[in-house]
Amino acid sequence: MSATLPVSAPAPFEVLTGGGQQPAISVRDVHKVYGPRGSHVLALSDISLEVQPGEFVCLVGASGCGKTTLLNLVAGLDKPDAGEMVVRGRRALLFQEAALFPWLTAAGNVELALRLAGVPRHERHDEARRLLGLVRLEGFADKRPHELSGGMRQRVALARAFAQKADILLMDEPFGSLDAMTRDLLHDELERLWADARFTVLFVTHDVREAVRLGDRVVVLTSRPGRVAEEIPVDLPRPREPGDAAGAALVARITTRLREEVRRHATRH
Amino acid sequence: MRRATDPQVGDLELAGLDALELPIAPRQSVAWRIWRATWPQLAAAAVVIGIWQLVVLSGVKQPWQLPGPLVVGERLLSDLGDSRLLMAIGTTLRRIAVGFGLALLIGSAIGIAIVRWQFLRTAIASLITGLQTMPSIAWFPLAILLFGLSEQAMLFVVVLGAAPSVANGLIAGVDHVPRLLLRAGRVLGARGFEAYRLVILPAALPSFIGGMKQAWAFAWRSLLAGELLVIIAQQPALGVRLQLSREFADAAGLLSTMIVILVIGIVVDALLFGRLDTAIRRRWGLLEGRE
Repeated sequence: MSATLPVSAPAPFEVLTGGGQQPAISVRDVHKVYGPRGSHVLALSDISLEVQPGEFVCLVGASGCGKTTLLNLVAGLDKPDAGEMVVRGRRALLFQEAALFPWLTAAGNVELALRLAGVPRHERHDEARRLLGLVRLEGFADKRPHELSGGMRQRVALARAFAQKADILLMDEPFGSLDAMTRDLLHDELERLWADARFTVLFVTHDVREAVRLGDRVVVLTSRPGRVAEEIPVDLPRPREPGDAAGAALVARITTRLREEVRRHATRH
Repeated sequence: MRRATDPQVGDLELAGLDALELPIAPRQSVAWRIWRATWPQLAAAAVVIGIWQLVVLSGVKQPWQLPGPLVVGERLLSDLGDSRLLMAIGTTLRRIAVGFGLALLIGSAIGIAIVRWQFLRTAIASLITGLQTMPSIAWFPLAILLFGLSEQAMLFVVVLGAAPSVANGLIAGVDHVPRLLLRAGRVLGARGFEAYRLVILPAALPSFIGGMKQAWAFAWRSLLAGELLVIIAQQPALGVRLQLSREFADAAGLLSTMIVILVIGIVVDALLFGRLDTAIRRRWGLLEGRE
């Protein structure tokens, strides 16, 4: 996409981003309220965020920061109460649970997504196996979800997301329920896939190490209501290593910022 | 620096972890599995027959009222070689096939309508559950008034007895589809009819099969009750045989027919619905650690 393309989306973003590229996701002054009038909870307040095409952005925050709310808004599963939200591209959403359909095999799950994405019947079989190959599961196409480990299920879910022909991957703590070793390997996998295909990722996590390991940029959110507290670019070379010293310093800095945020709530009662 | 220098190492690690995390299923021989599944049933049958024999030996009832297992067994063997019993079984099975098939169609249609339209649920869902508690025999006087002593009268009652279970199984299944799967379906773009066909109905299948299993029991009971009341000339049926045996005080014949009825009920339940149920639960991984 170049800057000369006619644009129907709100113009200020052009100015904000400086470059000619249109952001893949732009969220501007978004409010989201839950509950009935009078006793409602302000989940998100004045949130503004931009994600460029091909960028990997991690959202971190303590409980109650509205990470999942924000992701649901971007995914189109919910509507903001105020503010603007523009998403350019097809979205796929991954949850903490793989949410595979238990009556279908690994390949069947991917084929279902292909079918809903409008891929003709005769192409689905091979395409599903190719996508499972991307996540190194070509040998497990005919296994059912309960026959796979948690990490493998999450990879099938990833293949299923790719089947949606998505250019924007929205991930809601996708590795949160996995053991540390599996998570490390999946970080490598995700980074490799992302480096190859350069899709846009908005990755929600409460794990600061994970955010620094994966993100081009880490966005720290405040809690109740969720606001952007700080945006921290992660200028570390890829592929990254978990034990890197510069990364560790960044993790410490973000963790301190999050703790301040949590402490702030202790004094409010 | 494992990934930076050699991406293959990472792949090997991933493959190794996959292999380590997969469960190892113990293998069992077919003969052993069959034996393990059948011996408790054989033992239970032996106990029942033993008690029966003891009651006969105690002499509380006259032999013409309650013959022993041996006498009934011999009678059953000779009946099985008799074309009249085979014809009776044929008639009854044909009726149950038609009745159960209709109940399946009607029950599914009602179930789908109720999950699709909320006002229908409010209007008739409790009525359907109410229908289930109504003893099927209580419908027969009305059925006979409406349809005469005919097959239609029996079908009417069989469908009324079985369709609510089918509908309820479907409704319960749809109601209990995990929200996570619904959300996954929405995220993948399944809307409206496609959401039902590709996500909701497949997810409701185990409960639907449960409903079918219950419907079978209701249908079988309703039909046999009907065959006692609605006797059609030239149409030997299992219920008719029971009634005639009673009239002729033919206790051995009565018990022999009862055994046939019992065995058909068990065989259909276990071999058809039981197997269907197990196959689905195995596919879903709900049998883990129980086999």
